[in-house]
Amino acid sequence: MEAFTFFLAAIISLAGACGVVFLKNPVHAALSLVATLFGVAIHFINLEAYFVAAVQVIVYAGAIVILFLFVIMLLGVDRAESIKTDPIIGQRQIAILAVGGILALGALIGVAFSGDVTGVPPENAQKSTYEGGTAINSDHVHSDDDVRPDQNIKDIGRALFSTRYVFALEITALLLTIGVVGAVVLTRRPKGELDPLPDDDPPSIYRDNENSSDLESTLSRDTDALDDAKADESEKDASEETEVGRE
Amino acid sequence: MILGLSIGTEYYLALSALLFTIGAGGLLVRRNPLVMFMCIELMLNAANLAFISFGKEMGDLGGQLSVLFVLVVAAAEVVIGLAIVVAVMRRRPKASVDEVSVLRG
Amino acid sequence: MTNLVWLIPGLPLIGFTLLLLFGRRLGEPQAGWLATATVSGSFLAATAVFFGLASKPPEERVYEITLFEWIPSGELSIGLGFLADPLSITMALFVTGVGALIHMYAIGYMHGDPKFSKFFLYLNLFVFAMLMLVLGDNLLITFLGWEGVGACSYFLISFWHEEPANATAGKKAFVTNRVGDWGFMVAMFLLFFNIGSLKYSDIFSSVIEADALTQTTATAIVAMLFIGAAGKSAQFPLYLWLPDAMAGPTPVSALIHAATMVTSGVYLLTRMNPVLAEAAGWSIDMIWIVGLFTALFAATAAIAQNDIKKVLAYSTVSQLGFMFVAVGSGLYVAAIFHMITHAFFKALLFLGAGSVIHGMHHEQDMRKYGALRKVMPITAFTFIIGWLAIAGIPPFSGFWSKDEVLLAAWNENKIAWAMLLIAAIMTAFYMSRLVFMTFFGEKKWGISEHEETKADEETEADEETDTGDGQEHEITPHESPTVMWIPLVILSGLAAVAGLLNLPFSYDTKHLEHWLEPILFGNEVHVTASGQTKWFLAIVAIVGATTGVLAAAFVYLKNRLSANKIEHSILEEAWRFDSTVSNFMGGPGRKSFEATTLFDQKIIDGAVNGVGKVTQRIGTRLRSFQTGLIRSYALGMFIGAVAVIAYFVSRMGF
Repeated sequence: MEAFTFFLAAIISLAGACGVVFLKNPVHAALSLVATLFGVAIHFINLEAYFVAAVQVIVYAGAIVILFLFVIMLLGVDRAESIKTDPIIGQRQIAILAVGGILALGALIGVAFSGDVTGVPPENAQKSTYEGGTAINSDHVHSDDDVRPDQNIKDIGRALFSTRYVFALEITALLLTIGVVGAVVLTRRPKGELDPLPDDDPPSIYRDNENSSDLESTLSRDTDALDDAKADESEKDASEETEVGRE
Repeated sequence: MILGLSIGTEYYLALSALLFTIGAGGLLVRRNPLVMFMCIELMLNAANLAFISFGKEMGDLGGQLSVLFVLVVAAAEVVIGLAIVVAVMRRRPKASVDEVSVLRG
Repeated sequence: MTNLVWLIPGLPLIGFTLLLLFGRRLGEPQAGWLATATVSGSFLAATAVFFGLASKPPEERVYEITLFEWIPSGELSIGLGFLADPLSITMALFVTGVGALIHMYAIGYMHGDPKFSKFFLYLNLFVFAMLMLVLGDNLLITFLGWEGVGACSYFLISFWHEEPANATAGKKAFVTNRVGDWGFMVAMFLLFFNIGSLKYSDIFSSVIEADALTQTTATAIVAMLFIGAAGKSAQFPLYLWLPDAMAGPTPVSALIHAATMVTSGVYLLTRMNPVLAEAAGWSIDMIWIVGLFTALFAATAAIAQNDIKKVLAYSTVSQLGFMFVAVGSGLYVAAIFHMITHAFFKALLFLGAGSVIHGMHHEQDMRKYGALRKVMPITAFTFIIGWLAIAGIPPFSGFWSKDEVLLAAWNENKIAWAMLLIAAIMTAFYMSRLVFMTFFGEKKWGISEHEETKADEETEADEETDTGDGQEHEITPHESPTVMWIPLVILSGLAAVAGLLNLPFSYDTKHLEHWLEPILFGNEVHVTASGQTKWFLAIVAIVGATTGVLAAAFVYLKNRLSANKIEHSILEEAWRFDSTVSNFMGGPGRKSFEATTLFDQKIIDGAVNGVGKVTQRIGTRLRSFQTGLIRSYALGMFIGAVAVIAYFVSRMGF
């Protein structure tokens, strides 16, 4: 049974991954990302990491991807980009080479070590979470009862607040706070007009013939929007949004 | 079909490697900033999968705890990253990452 | 009393500082009296130290004191210390004594000069530097004083620097000295490299007891030291600066270029006599050969000079040559003896000449003098005593010391003695010429003559203040003020009796020789001449001197022979050596200087700048990596990650 779920979930996640990479529309890409995340959550359940699976679904698929979709809609980048050629010379070729290289290396390692992976548990994994260790199914270790359904989350709770990990926990809380503050600061609307980005010559490895027509019209539209914009922020917002709506 | 195969750690690791490579390739090839972010998330997920599978094999909760932390940090990173994307790309409806190359020498 | 040795250079230093701060406020003549007081105090301290040393038995007449560690630098540790031993105290005594007298004289000579206090400032600084040179307990302190006197010489020669010729003379003096200083420095390096210390006591104990120097090294050191000494003591070919240095005020000429600075070279060689004893014969021979040549060369030039100071300048060069002959022959006592007597009579002569110049309203051409003894009796009387001393007429001091030097030459090489005798005869001749032209004969002043269109190379225009165009002018010379003739009288007394220092008659009368014995470490050469030979030599010397005087009287007093037959123009131009050197330096010499400058600019600067340029160019090429495109950077990072993983995989054992 485990094998069946494994292969099913593997197909789902791989399909989703390929979708992220190859779909032109970003919204489609976001949705295939959701598929991948679900596949990975199934894997977690297979590996008896129930709490993490739940968190994965709730946080990743439920919050982060939603955030992505919000931004896609906000910025109006729902237009497809052409994937025919890459403006940066040689990028695609080298990328394929590098990726292939990683894969080859991974396969090499895997083949070399098949069957030789001896997992020796680290010493703190031999103590139960009651004693500040990080053994899975600690109750089972502690007493000889069968594994209980809420075992995992209890173990995680105890381990997380043990002296090993409590500091990291608090720091991550702080990190999240900083992240929120930073996001608010970064996305504030500036007072007055921003200076336009300078458009000097692109770097030598950048081919700007492919998408140039689109780019130029985009740029001209941009500067027109700048010229028309008044100091009043709401008018500028309205013009941008109507433009987006029209496209 | 009953696959009586016992799935050892190596299967998960192979899957993780594949996911990672696909994510890396996507990061290098796509030009849309948001799609690039999604590829980053792919890579992180691959890493999480590796963590959990090793943790299961060792009988160590450390794998799951690490995944929790990775998750939190990934969330924070996405928040900040998207805030930057919004701040930079606000004026351009269709944007490519290549256009933001002002910091060049 | 010997622990007062630090006062000897300390007092002039205090004088210098006080004059630096308050000189202008003190004004004339208080600034001058302050300077004189400090140097006199220094003299008293030197006397005290002398008595302190003399009260000890001869072996213990050494007093060293280190004030503080001046340069602690790894192996090299130089302290600021003083060494009071017979040689240094002898030098200190006559430097401060003569210096004090000259200070007093200068108060009168520089009367009315707007930069009065500055003059005494420099003079005190000079005395300080000279005392550091003489009293230092290691070579670096001596070098400090060496450079200091060179710098003060430059300041003082170009004291009236508004006249470009004076400034040029100062520069010439400094640059020529510098050539010699290079030799001194190389000698210091060699000594430090071989012995590890620059302190005299360490050097001497290493050389004498531990045989630390090979003959080759000692020879090299001696050669280098001689170059340094030749620069400072105006030996051929580095004598060029001394005649030009007469552009400075006369007290300067008296102090620096007669009595003190120019004797530093002789002092240095005498001080380093243990090293000279280790050196090969040819380097010592070089010393006396160059000295002999210089003595002759300068004497021939002095015969034809018309500027009174130039005669005395060439005379100084010549007498220094005598001293070097003595050093090269190994008779250091003779050299020091002659140095002391020379200090007295040459200072006296210079001050007397200054008195004449002052009285004649800064006229320096001797052809305008004549019969001045009636107008300036004291000057004339003291000058005559100095003249007799330098000519070598007994019983004045010059005879005794010159006789010792001639004895040294006889001991070394008979031909050298003969040539030195000729130089001595010429000395008598030109000094008599000077005296007869100046103080005797018919008076040539007080007449309105205006033939100054013939530009005299010797007289600086600054000195000729009174010649206007087409104006009648009467010069009425007068005797100098008291402040100026008192030093003359004192110096004349010293010049008369200084012979008593080292009379050769018996063992007991040779006071100087006994006094200087400890510092000579037995390196004094013993003269292998019998008493009869010495009497013979003395009589020959007296006869020679008298011949010189009579010949001069023949030409200049009685006018029996025309002076033009003797005073060839080539002699006046000192065999055109100076102009040859100038032409060479201006012509081919300049090319090599420019080549050196070019080398410095192109190659050395080019290398330094080239490093910068190369860095810039590399940076410009590397800049192209910074495309600003995020995906390129991502690709680069990824390739790097692949490389790292590949590396670790390759290291895994399969």
